[in-house]
Amino acid sequence: MSILFKSRQSGAQQSQISKQQKLVMWFTSHVRQAITSFGELLRTPAASFMTIAVLGLSITLPSTLYILVKNLDNISANTQDAAEISLFIREGATRADVDQLIKRLRTWPEIDALQYISPEDALQEFKQQSGFGSAIDALQSNPLPAVLLIYPTEKHGSPAAAKFLLNKLTQEREIELGKVDIEWLERLHAIMAVTNELVTMIAVLLFVSVILIVGNTIRLNIFNKRNEIMVMKLVGATDGFIQRPFLYTGLWYGVLGGIMSWITVALLLWWMSYSIGDILTLYRQEFVLAGLDFATLNTMLLMSVLMGLIGSAISVKRYVDQIEPE
Amino acid sequence: MIKFVDVSKTYPGGQRALSKVNFHVEPGEMVFLTGHSGAGKSTMLKLISLMERPTVGKVFINGHDLSHISRHDVAYIRRDIGMIFQNHQLLMDKSVFDNVALPLIIEGYPRKQIQSRVQAALDRVGLLDKKWNLPATLSGGEQQRVGIARAVVNRPPIILADEPTGNLDPALSWEIIRLFEDFNAAGASVFIATHDLGLIARMQYRTLTLKGGQMINDGLTESWQDRK
Ligand SMILES: Nc1ncnc2c1ncn2[C@@H]1O[C@H](COP(=O)(O)OP(=O)(O)OP(=O)(O)O)[C@@H](O)[C@H]1O
Ligand SMILES: [Mg+2]
Repeated sequence: MSILFKSRQSGAQQSQISKQQKLVMWFTSHVRQAITSFGELLRTPAASFMTIAVLGLSITLPSTLYILVKNLDNISANTQDAAEISLFIREGATRADVDQLIKRLRTWPEIDALQYISPEDALQEFKQQSGFGSAIDALQSNPLPAVLLIYPTEKHGSPAAAKFLLNKLTQEREIELGKVDIEWLERLHAIMAVTNELVTMIAVLLFVSVILIVGNTIRLNIFNKRNEIMVMKLVGATDGFIQRPFLYTGLWYGVLGGIMSWITVALLLWWMSYSIGDILTLYRQEFVLAGLDFATLNTMLLMSVLMGLIGSAISVKRYVDQIEPE
Repeated sequence: MIKFVDVSKTYPGGQRALSKVNFHVEPGEMVFLTGHSGAGKSTMLKLISLMERPTVGKVFINGHDLSHISRHDVAYIRRDIGMIFQNHQLLMDKSVFDNVALPLIIEGYPRKQIQSRVQAALDRVGLLDKKWNLPATLSGGEQQRVGIARAVVNRPPIILADEPTGNLDPALSWEIIRLFEDFNAAGASVFIATHDLGLIARMQYRTLTLKGGQMINDGLTESWQDRK
């Protein structure tokens, strides 16, 4: 494409080639530039590794936190006694009334299972667990009410749903009052909400700083190649052509940083799975740390590549134009 | 081909490098530009290659007003101009071959054509046997010839040379000028800035003379006129 000399043909135009061939040429030229940029990384392995490590580690922290939070989510979702509801039966209710109630409740779709504890059983259990055995023997009558333990289905086990179910249950006339045993779960959810926000904040801050770091690395690369850039401009290279290798460098930083974050996250999770397991047995949880699924791995790589590209794009836009041949 | 109309150039800082310069180089002409150091020779070449813009006046190439060329299009203009620099402007970490291939790679030539054209250009300047050398391992004259090969490898219609014989001995200088004559014979307009007056005197080419930024002479060298 010559602006000054209409009849003058150049480069790709010169030989008669089909669109398809042009596409192939375009593709191979990009592949060639990508490979060249990769080669450049290898020429300064230490410096490249540092940039890649910054990318990788910055993704590791939020990813690890994210995976932990997601695991906790899974726990609360899977927990059977997450929301165990205790219903205390009204005093006057007979055994027949209670049987009727149980029969009715069994048809409720929200309820997974229920268990009846008679006043006698309750007293017996209390005696054993409290150690007030003889004192209780001295009681004239059994002060404990009959209790129905309700286990909601998974869908209705979340704190909010369980409370809703409790409300509905206490409408039944045989029931004096009820109580959801979800305090620990509520606390867990609150912690998770905070952690979720923290993860986002940390991620945003880290990502911004990483973009700046990559941008600065690319800026240094650009200044190191100042002469080369000037010469290329003198012989007719467009800004786009000059920028491309630097963008590929950013891309490679991103790809390698992403792969590095996979490895570090996997190591961290493996390391932490033991201590997490210990904590969770306190909650009587059968726990297997769910690790990296495909979607998470993809997201990590994508984020890393994006940061590499954005960082280099910023520098390239800003500094390649500035270098003018003298 | 190259036309200056009332061109003045004042550098930021107030240094007036050219004032009211007018001339016209015809297509296929070979022209020398001479003048003392600081007369504005390099400035003139920079205005043609769009490394600088005139403060006043207009520069035309092939009838196109360069003031209408946007920043973005400058790269495409330079592909039509083969430039040779006194300080060579080579990529020191690339082989001779890669240096000469650069304009072709930038223009996206297919690999085979790059091979054959670089080969031909290096053959022309007599450096075929050194194509895998790094520029640093070449003599000044050889580096100059690499620069020339690079300037002509995509067969531009215009060739600009700034002190192409700068620090070469007379025999080598003569060889280089012969090269430019070849390119000129092949149809290119050639514009050479030099203060090697001895060299010019031995030839019969149109010579523009600058002094303090003003064009004081535009004509054929006397020896040539004498013969006429
Ligand atoms: N980038 C610049 N900024 C300011 N002044 C400049 C710049 N380039 C050149 N000049 C001034 O413009 C004048 C003309 O310079 P130019 O380089 O065109 O001279 P020249 O004829 O090529 O000289 P030489 O033979 O020494 O190369 C000089 O006085 C120089 O100091
Ligand atoms: Mg000069």
